[in-house]
Amino acid sequence: MSRKLELIVLAILLIFAIQFIYMSSTTDAEYGGADGEAENVINEITGGTYEPNAEPFWEPPSGEIESLLFGLQAAIGAGIIGYFFGYYKAKKNYENELGYKGKNKSEGDKHSL
Amino acid sequence: MHIMEGFLPTPWWQIWFAVSIPVIFYGIHKLNRLVKEKREILPLLAVAGAFVFVLSSLKLPSVTGSCSHPTGTGIAAIMFGPAISAVLGTIVLIYQALFLAHGGLTTLGANVFSMGIVGPVVAYLVYKAGMKANLNLYLVVFLAAAFGDWATYVTTSVELALAFPAGGALTFAGFMSSFGKFAAIFAVTQVPLAIMEGAVSALLFKYVVNVKSDILVEMKVIEDAVVRKLRGTSA
Repeated sequence: MSRKLELIVLAILLIFAIQFIYMSSTTDAEYGGADGEAENVINEITGGTYEPNAEPFWEPPSGEIESLLFGLQAAIGAGIIGYFFGYYKAKKNYENELGYKGKNKSEGDKHSL
Repeated sequence: MHIMEGFLPTPWWQIWFAVSIPVIFYGIHKLNRLVKEKREILPLLAVAGAFVFVLSSLKLPSVTGSCSHPTGTGIAAIMFGPAISAVLGTIVLIYQALFLAHGGLTTLGANVFSMGIVGPVVAYLVYKAGMKANLNLYLVVFLAAAFGDWATYVTTSVELALAFPAGGALTFAGFMSSFGKFAAIFAVTQVPLAIMEGAVSALLFKYVVNVKSDILVEMKVIEDAVVRKLRGTSA
């Protein structure tokens, strides 16, 4: 299996990582959330007269809790992706090894959960 | 791209709900039918949903010196179509609105419209057009996911500009002026992130094709000839 695509993706990610390291060490950019910046623009356009018409039910009490919940979100997702890729890969290997493919295929798929 | 809780005045938050809700219901209907007919797609559905979960939790720094996050909806749109992607996007947005105070319940309609509907529709159309033009599969997935991501953020800018046109009254000039300001934040920040999202999506799609191309062919996502070509040459 060729690894060309992996190398390209790695190169793209590296370029951004290096760019970020360079930018964050040479400028004093804040790296705040773009969502929050939109709030400033709304204030600027309306002259600060806009009052939000609703408040969040519950807010993470601190940045630590917020990153916990974001981390949890990513972990749940990554776990599911890893589980099914591992499952499919092993299934494919065994099918090839045992010459199982084709025989009982539809039935095998029904048990894929 | 999350419009924060309370930051869409009446009537805009209601309007976006009115637009989004029918699509979500159509998506749920499609999802039920698909799962009933082809139970074997459930793992792939889980992977597509999980990918949205992972990517939308990653707030990445951009060249503009602020942070934003990818959407991850491109893969779902390519494999299952925009309506089902809207359902997956809605689940993630509700999680973030309830537990992270990120986005909000009143703005859910608008956020679903940008991330769950417009983004996936654009990704889906780019994918179909690219496959028709016989481009390399992974290049097409890259373009679809990247443009889908970017379209999401342009849509958010439109939604905010409609609600907050310069000068107070909704005129074309006021809309354009506000749109320029919001797009400067969202659409510009998003360009590098959209490129990264496209790249990672292409990689994920490669693995899906590697382990489970038969289902994709069966769902008419890709043609058998494309798979054979990828297998025959380099992958």
